[in-house]
Amino acid sequence: MVRTPAAASVPDGTTVPAGATASNDPSEGELRDVSVVPADALGGAAPAAGGQRVAGPAELGPRARLWPSLVAVYRAQLSRARVARIPLLFVATFQSVGIMILMRGVVDGGGEARAVVAGSAVLVVAFVALNLLAQYFGQLRASGGLDHYATLPVPPAAVVLGAAGAYASFTVPGTVVTAVFGCLLFGLPVTHLWVLVAVIPLAGAALAGLGAALGLLAPRPEFATLLGQLGMSAALLLGVLPPERMPQVVRLARDLLPSTYGVEAFARTFGERPDWGLVLGDLAVCAAVGVISLAVATWAYRRAAVR
Amino acid sequence: MCAVRALTKTYPAQRGRRGVPASPEVRATDDVTLDIRRGEIFGLLGPNGAGKSTLVRQLTGLMRPDSGSVEILGHDIVRHPERAARILAYLGQESSALDELTVSLAAETTGRLRGLDVRRARAERDAVLDELGLTGLAARPIKKLSGGQRRLACFAAALVGERPLLVLDEPTTGMDPVARRAVWSAVDRRRAEHGATVLLVTHNVIEAETVLDRVAVLDRGRVIACDTPSGLKEKVAGEVRVDLVWRESAPLNVPEVAALRDRVVESGRRWTLRLAPEEARAVVATVTGGAAFAALDDFTLATPSLEDVYLALGGAARQGLVRA
Repeated sequence: MVRTPAAASVPDGTTVPAGATASNDPSEGELRDVSVVPADALGGAAPAAGGQRVAGPAELGPRARLWPSLVAVYRAQLSRARVARIPLLFVATFQSVGIMILMRGVVDGGGEARAVVAGSAVLVVAFVALNLLAQYFGQLRASGGLDHYATLPVPPAAVVLGAAGAYASFTVPGTVVTAVFGCLLFGLPVTHLWVLVAVIPLAGAALAGLGAALGLLAPRPEFATLLGQLGMSAALLLGVLPPERMPQVVRLARDLLPSTYGVEAFARTFGERPDWGLVLGDLAVCAAVGVISLAVATWAYRRAAVR
Repeated sequence: MCAVRALTKTYPAQRGRRGVPASPEVRATDDVTLDIRRGEIFGLLGPNGAGKSTLVRQLTGLMRPDSGSVEILGHDIVRHPERAARILAYLGQESSALDELTVSLAAETTGRLRGLDVRRARAERDAVLDELGLTGLAARPIKKLSGGQRRLACFAAALVGERPLLVLDEPTTGMDPVARRAVWSAVDRRRAEHGATVLLVTHNVIEAETVLDRVAVLDRGRVIACDTPSGLKEKVAGEVRVDLVWRESAPLNVPEVAALRDRVVESGRRWTLRLAPEEARAVVATVTGGAAFAALDDFTLATPSLEDVYLALGGAARQGLVRA
């Protein structure tokens, strides 16, 4: 049997892929050199030449876990407040304080005053968590900024929850200032203001989730801005004005707005003997809306990140 | 390392809206096949709109191709786009996600999101900022930096949390020479120490010639050539490039100059010619003597660059590439 040079190189060619543990260039070169051998001999070498290593896929880098990455996103977002958000937080607070001063001339204490104070306080949450977050995600998506997160091994929920949490936190000072100012202005008791500890995060979750979902789903950033503004206007008109004076249709719209339940829960606590069951019920609605809207926002993020 | 096979992506036709004219279907990536080897700096060169970024977005799992396959280190990125994030670091053209963070926090957060614990993320952040000469700017928000510094800060963030593949989309845009050098030495160090592979997108031919091991030239979504820069330049080795800059306008009354007119690429007062060496000598002799010389402001004679290769291969854009 005569071994031609080409045939002699076949054993080399076929043993290389079995021994090749990683992508080493010399072996690749050798394999290309044996391309003159008969087709059946190439059968063994073909997979290696095609790029599929016998050694199998390389090890992947670590995945970022949910909590640490959520905390990292939260911290980063919170730090943005220092750079970009403080003027807007003032605007949010002044807006609510201004509305209460206006309403002082119209409303004369009682249930209506409670509604105005609670509505104005929750309005701060709506302004920041719903409106500003919708704008932020809308712009981030349009400018391609989501690519940064999408090329990091971070769970989508961490990005959405981190940002939503940070925006909800931005609202704390404004909401507290508004609530305290409102109590003094309308002579309401400050005894149960501690309930803000529950109202801000839960209303914040519901509204921030809604804002994030709107921002990420809007096809264009202008729509995200528009939807955020509309959401906030709705929270203003339907939340601050006392419901007793509204027509039936508007009341129905009011019931559909998640911020309403935050307002109701807060307003109830100004009473002589608050019905804590109803307060809890309202807060539970906020929490449920929060869970659902944040889940939708996470889904929307996933969808927006890979196009 | 990275194998791309018959990758195709078509953007659907857009119907015209008010103020926005209708656009036809665009094939942004047209049957692209590439092999990137471990440890090399591989470049994608082409004018704006050639499909470089679209191609890169498909390699990084940010965009799904219509057909074709992408395999990086044995992982199918088309089927599992989320794995790309655990193999590669990507520096896109946009920095809006990091803009309002300080340089230091941007780098640290990115490291944390690459799965590093706080201690590692901070240690790597400090090392990378030091390496790139950014320590002095660490506390400044990225938004407040100049364009080149901002780019460098984003590059720093991309380096925190070691990855075997770096995908850099025009990383040196707007950078001064010092910053550019910092980028290339950081890339070289990762290549020498960890065998990192780099995929670089650029429209700068000088950069492509000096830093790339191999380059794929893209035009209208297709790879029109793929070789080492010097290998590509051999394709036009028989040609010399002559640039003539006239004081006001070309002296078309000189017959030798008028005869060149149909062969030049004109851009303002500049004429660019690609000629055989002996023809080039004749042109230079003509314009540096006699009536034409009075009208001449400046001239250069150069060996071909990758831009000439691009044009010689039938590249459509006349002025899409940059020499800087």
